[in-house]
Amino acid sequence: MKKCRIVFSGSGGQGVITAAIILAEAAVLYENLNAVQSQDYGAAARGGSSRADVIISDSEIIYPKVIEPNVLVCLTQEAYNKFYPIIRPGGLLITDTRFVKIQRKADAHQVELPMYRTVMDDIGKPIVFNICMLGALIALTELVRPESIMKVLEIRIPSGFLKMNRKALNLGIGLGKQFAG
Amino acid sequence: MNKKIKFAQGNEVCAEAALYAGLDFFAGYPITPSTEIAEHLSIMLPRKGGKFIQMEDEISSMCAIIGASLTGHKVMTATSGPGFSLKQEALGYAIMAEIPCVVVNVQRGGPSTGIPTHGSQGDINQARWGVHGDHSIIALTASNHQDVFLMTVEAFNLAETYRTPVILLLDEGVAHLRERFIVPEKGEIPLLTRLKTSVKEGVDYHPYLPREDGRLPMSDFGGTHRYNVTGLYHDMWGFPTTKPTIVHRLIHHLVHKIEHNVDRIARFKEYYMEDAECILISYGFSARAALHLVKNRRARGERLGLLELQTLWPFPSHVVREKCVDARYVVVVEMNMGQVLQSVKLSVEQPEKVFLANRIDGVAITPTNIKNILQVIRGKGV
Repeated sequence: MKKCRIVFSGSGGQGVITAAIILAEAAVLYENLNAVQSQDYGAAARGGSSRADVIISDSEIIYPKVIEPNVLVCLTQEAYNKFYPIIRPGGLLITDTRFVKIQRKADAHQVELPMYRTVMDDIGKPIVFNICMLGALIALTELVRPESIMKVLEIRIPSGFLKMNRKALNLGIGLGKQFAG
Repeated sequence: MNKKIKFAQGNEVCAEAALYAGLDFFAGYPITPSTEIAEHLSIMLPRKGGKFIQMEDEISSMCAIIGASLTGHKVMTATSGPGFSLKQEALGYAIMAEIPCVVVNVQRGGPSTGIPTHGSQGDINQARWGVHGDHSIIALTASNHQDVFLMTVEAFNLAETYRTPVILLLDEGVAHLRERFIVPEKGEIPLLTRLKTSVKEGVDYHPYLPREDGRLPMSDFGGTHRYNVTGLYHDMWGFPTTKPTIVHRLIHHLVHKIEHNVDRIARFKEYYMEDAECILISYGFSARAALHLVKNRRARGERLGLLELQTLWPFPSHVVREKCVDARYVVVVEMNMGQVLQSVKLSVEQPEKVFLANRIDGVAITPTNIKNILQVIRGKGV
């Protein structure tokens, strides 16, 4: 596989860093790939802007930060405005319709998905918004299998929340598949 | 899933490696970006029968590990710049009293509280010279998680061997990065423990009388033998003295036990050095940017090489001198104003061929940053 560089961006509390960790961990532990995850954060955790970088590859990853992402996920308008210019030409830009209004045409495959609305309509809890986003991302990119994400979740979260997370992941996969290929 | 393959933060890897090395006492005070070391050990250390204690500040944390080490335990504390400054006085005490301990400093931007959540490599010279008075110190660093594991274990081995504090100088970029690493099998990395005295109970034990090889066998404090420990110049019993011959001998001992073993303590890695006309010297996070660039430019036929330092103190001058003899340019890549640069300039025969490629704005240095600086050095502009 080619090296895939992903930037997740949003605001503190949306779970973008957690989503990045789950994806990278799934790649390393259950897909036998190499992955690195790093994050940029300020002193404020909730409400401040947050960014997480992931690189996934089948070969060694030396420099771990992402400079030009192939895949950029923006979950707030602020994040979109800030990071939209760094996307690699021809890359994939995923935004949420509730939070982001796309303003410019990018040299990228722009996918606007109603992830937040779908999670609120079908589950009613914003806490799994990030898992829905991950579902859409893996449906669009096929970076890791859904089962690998679930295996990570089984270790990382209390069993009582697994069902809700699985549902969110599947909702995301459903949304992503409409645009895949 | 292979249980030996893990995905974790550099800080967690450091904590795991400390446990592998036999750590059984940790005292600390949390500070970004080192907190995960304490956090991880607060969970894992008690499970393994060790003691974890969160102290009221960094000074007491340092003092607590000194006491615990004297009683026979393998000890560690972890902090960042502001805390490392506070620890200096007790660190000097540990150097003077020859107490094995590991002090992790996950560097962030300084001076003062600086820039807590962003990386820097600005404490290299503080690690060497932060303590007042003539002394020597061992400081190690690492650029990836496999090496963080290895260097953490090495830090314990060197502390126990040379009866000295060892500083593990990580940086935020590596400490907060999550990546894959393989947990070494038990026995895969040799573990060393301090020399213990064979002097029996009731027989005079001289805690500060070096053997012929310079080593001092220890006796667990509070155990078989009664002896004194002090930060003052002391005689072979550990009692304060101002006798010039003893003061003179002790200062030589403290410096030379480390400086005379620089060959044994030097850890480094080489990449594409054989025919390199431009040698990058780097360490920690910066070495990853440097290696990325070297591999890229090699693919285009440029004769670039990388010397990655893992031992920063005692500075491996002989290694740097030998490796750089034939190089046209030597470029030190670091995230500070040129701290290792100074040592490199002192080591090579032609200091005028040594240049600095750095970044100091809290943002991680990139391969492109280094490439642009190389272009300038070669007189080709950006």
